[in-house]
Amino acid sequence: MTVDTVGRFERALEGLEVGFERVPAADASERVEMIVEEPAVGAPLPFEGVTLPESVTTEPTSADLEAARTGVTPVGFAIAEYGTVAVESTADGAEAISLYPDRHVAVVAESDVIPDLSAGFDRLADGFAAGQDSVVFATGRSATADMGDLVHGVHGPGDVDVIVVEDR
Amino acid sequence: MAQGTRSQQADRIRHLLETEGDAVHAKASSFHAQRGEAYDAADDLEALRTEARAIKEDAIDRLPALIDTVRDAVEANGGTVYVADDAADANAYVADVVDAQTEEHGIAGDGDTPSVVKSKSMTTEEIDLNDALEAAGIEVTETDLGEWVLQVADDTPSHIVGPAMHLERAEIAELFNERFDPDEPLETAEELTQFARDYLADHIQEADVGITGANFVVADSGTITLVTNEGNARKCAVTPDTHVAIAGVEKLIPTLSDLEPFVDLIAKSATGQSIAQYVTMLSPPTDSPTLDFDRPDEPITAGHDRTADTGTAARDFHLVLLDNGRMDMREDDQLRETLYCIRCGACSNSCVNFQSVGGHGFGGETYSGGIATGWEAGVHGQDSAAEFNDLCTGCSRCVDACPVKIDIPWINTVVRDRINRNEEPAATDFLVDGLTPDMEDGGIDLGKRFFGNIGTVAKAASATAPVSNWLADADPIRGLLERTLGIDRRRDLPAFQRESLVDWFEKRGGKAASSRRAARADDADIDREVVLYPDVYTNYVDTERGKAAVSTLEALGVPVRVPDLPESGRAALSQGMVATADRQASRLYAALAEDLDAGRDVVVVEPSDLAAIHREYERLLPERSFERLRDNSYEICEYVYGLLENGANPSALSTGNGAEPVAYHSHCQQRTLDLEAPTVAVLERCGYAPETTSAECCGMAGSFGYKREYYELSVDVGERLAEQVAGAKTVVASGTSCGDQLEGLLERDVPHPIEVLAPGSRL
Repeated sequence: MTVDTVGRFERALEGLEVGFERVPAADASERVEMIVEEPAVGAPLPFEGVTLPESVTTEPTSADLEAARTGVTPVGFAIAEYGTVAVESTADGAEAISLYPDRHVAVVAESDVIPDLSAGFDRLADGFAAGQDSVVFATGRSATADMGDLVHGVHGPGDVDVIVVEDR
Repeated sequence: MAQGTRSQQADRIRHLLETEGDAVHAKASSFHAQRGEAYDAADDLEALRTEARAIKEDAIDRLPALIDTVRDAVEANGGTVYVADDAADANAYVADVVDAQTEEHGIAGDGDTPSVVKSKSMTTEEIDLNDALEAAGIEVTETDLGEWVLQVADDTPSHIVGPAMHLERAEIAELFNERFDPDEPLETAEELTQFARDYLADHIQEADVGITGANFVVADSGTITLVTNEGNARKCAVTPDTHVAIAGVEKLIPTLSDLEPFVDLIAKSATGQSIAQYVTMLSPPTDSPTLDFDRPDEPITAGHDRTADTGTAARDFHLVLLDNGRMDMREDDQLRETLYCIRCGACSNSCVNFQSVGGHGFGGETYSGGIATGWEAGVHGQDSAAEFNDLCTGCSRCVDACPVKIDIPWINTVVRDRINRNEEPAATDFLVDGLTPDMEDGGIDLGKRFFGNIGTVAKAASATAPVSNWLADADPIRGLLERTLGIDRRRDLPAFQRESLVDWFEKRGGKAASSRRAARADDADIDREVVLYPDVYTNYVDTERGKAAVSTLEALGVPVRVPDLPESGRAALSQGMVATADRQASRLYAALAEDLDAGRDVVVVEPSDLAAIHREYERLLPERSFERLRDNSYEICEYVYGLLENGANPSALSTGNGAEPVAYHSHCQQRTLDLEAPTVAVLERCGYAPETTSAECCGMAGSFGYKREYYELSVDVGERLAEQVAGAKTVVASGTSCGDQLEGLLERDVPHPIEVLAPGSRL
């Protein structure tokens, strides 16, 4: 991971009209709080020194999930080339939390931003070997052109923000 | 084809041109353009295509072993694999899964009917799954917006990626307003999408079973890959506690690393996106908690499932692998390649005929576009392929678009050949006997036989010209030609020349005179000798371009020979007469062997004949013969470009002032051979300012535009091209067909570029 990789990631997200923020770990919780629209649900963030703010409900009920405007989840890694985040299907519900609410806030460690799809497949292979064998590559906002024009936010989120947490 | 059938087919096509053509053209042509940009922007595109192709070849080769591998992997994960022989088998299995699920867990939601939600899957269209489930008392809801529109409208997909491509926004709004009677009438795409999202969200939350297809299945980890933009497939897969994925057996690839090139390619080839919004790789049953909206107050992570004692998620997963003819396709040397298809729709989008009529015209029971001929012949049978196979004109523009490099035109040619052979001999076969020295059994459509033997027809017509031309233009004859051969009377017929190019060349002194003329040229050290191939049209109809080619080569210091050579087989190939083409290829090679040994270069004016030599001959000649002829044969302007690059002096040619505009339409097959650029370069070097067209094909495509049932489609396609060049002072085209089409539509001369460049040209 280099600064260039994060810069490339930022440019790709810009092209996808996805929000991008890069924050020190100490500020991450506060930043998430600023970004979320309530009600918000989330999956615990596994980064050192980073916790979800109080306003984000973890272990949501299905009613919480349905009502939530924002879902906050960690992502295993991000692919700079395409602006992709890798949402892992974990028991804490990250996959559903990233999918159901109108807005997805994806949180990734800076050291997990990798350059390209090929590096992404290396990471996938490592994950598969370790038992993490269900992953969604999510790139930008849910979209359809089936109704005659491009519309965002169909079944998945119409708004996406990525927070890169500086971890070294 | 009987006259009545032709007229019905013409009516059907006219109707589609009027009702669906505009909507399909707008979207398909834009996908096509975006695909081109995405391919150009990717720096390793060719390597990716080559790799993807190799992976598919390998996977299909060891498919039975991969089925065993995936069964082991899915079972180890806790799921079930079922290999279904055919549609009925697959449908019954899925219905049983739904029954067992609702029997055990009760029916989700408020209703008392078991329900499933589905994401888009052409494979489930192939087996008519929805009908079968509904007949079993199961409610089915499509959740892909396009598929849902079709479900509401009781319509069928017109494109394998954009199933509702044929419908305009206003038509969808009218449908929804009528069917659902919303408080405020729906109008914008935003409103329609919002309405659909809310409606479908309820159904997803209350579904008992989620059904998805699979774009790829990784055998050794049991991973299903779903490529979508909306997110509905993710919801169908993770929300209900039972997930059924239905995939053709050909979707299996060996390992996770084999998936990478496909993930990189599929969105680029389908829509021109660098990657799809969601590439979901699930190795179910997954750890994601199921979402039970009937228990709104329990945390989704609470493990409120029925296997809480084991602590694992209570997910049930079934992978249904469908054979339905695929294992037989695998054994069929000609259809096997179809199994490499990743169903991206790039062949449809690149095809001008598809753009004009959509998949309801250019499609069979399930599949549409160029590759559909292979799929339909394989899974539904040849009759379904026969319905639309003629719409592939062999223009070959899909060849560059296909992410796995399938030779789609060849599959169409072979299936056409098989269809021909199944036809009953017609009582009127005698009409074309004598004109048709082919290798075909009786029964093949008379029009096809006529056009497939066009060389013999042209020779006879030339020998009797101009009387043959007067006769052919007479009304009663045009009527007869239309009734028997299906030649549309609105189309101008080619005027055959009494003096063929070969005769002209001999009369002016043959090769000895040509050598003298070449020696007079102001030339440094070009030491080449050319055999100019007198293709049927250059020899008998459009002799002027042949003469221009001869004088241009001589002016650049190259002596020319124009021997009387056999047909290339192009005409036969386009009618699906493979045996005839095979014999012609052998004869042409034999006739040229000595010239090749003598180091002479073969130069071809008509791009479609060169394309036969460079592409189809690979399948018709021994490898060495094919390569020898391919490596020593050139398109005329490509050859001139090579001469100029090697020091030949262009001043002997007709040059422009540097800014003289020329609208240039390259030939479709010429583009596939990457030979548009040399013509452009030569025109530029000679002082012209060529502007190329973006239309992929003129729509004439040899005989296609002459046929009564396709005349209007051909003109529809041709008009798009004509509009692009109508304002230009000079319009040139490389192909005979392209020239004929443009001359008919623009009512002016459209010569070959070589006629502009030739010494003494007045164009």
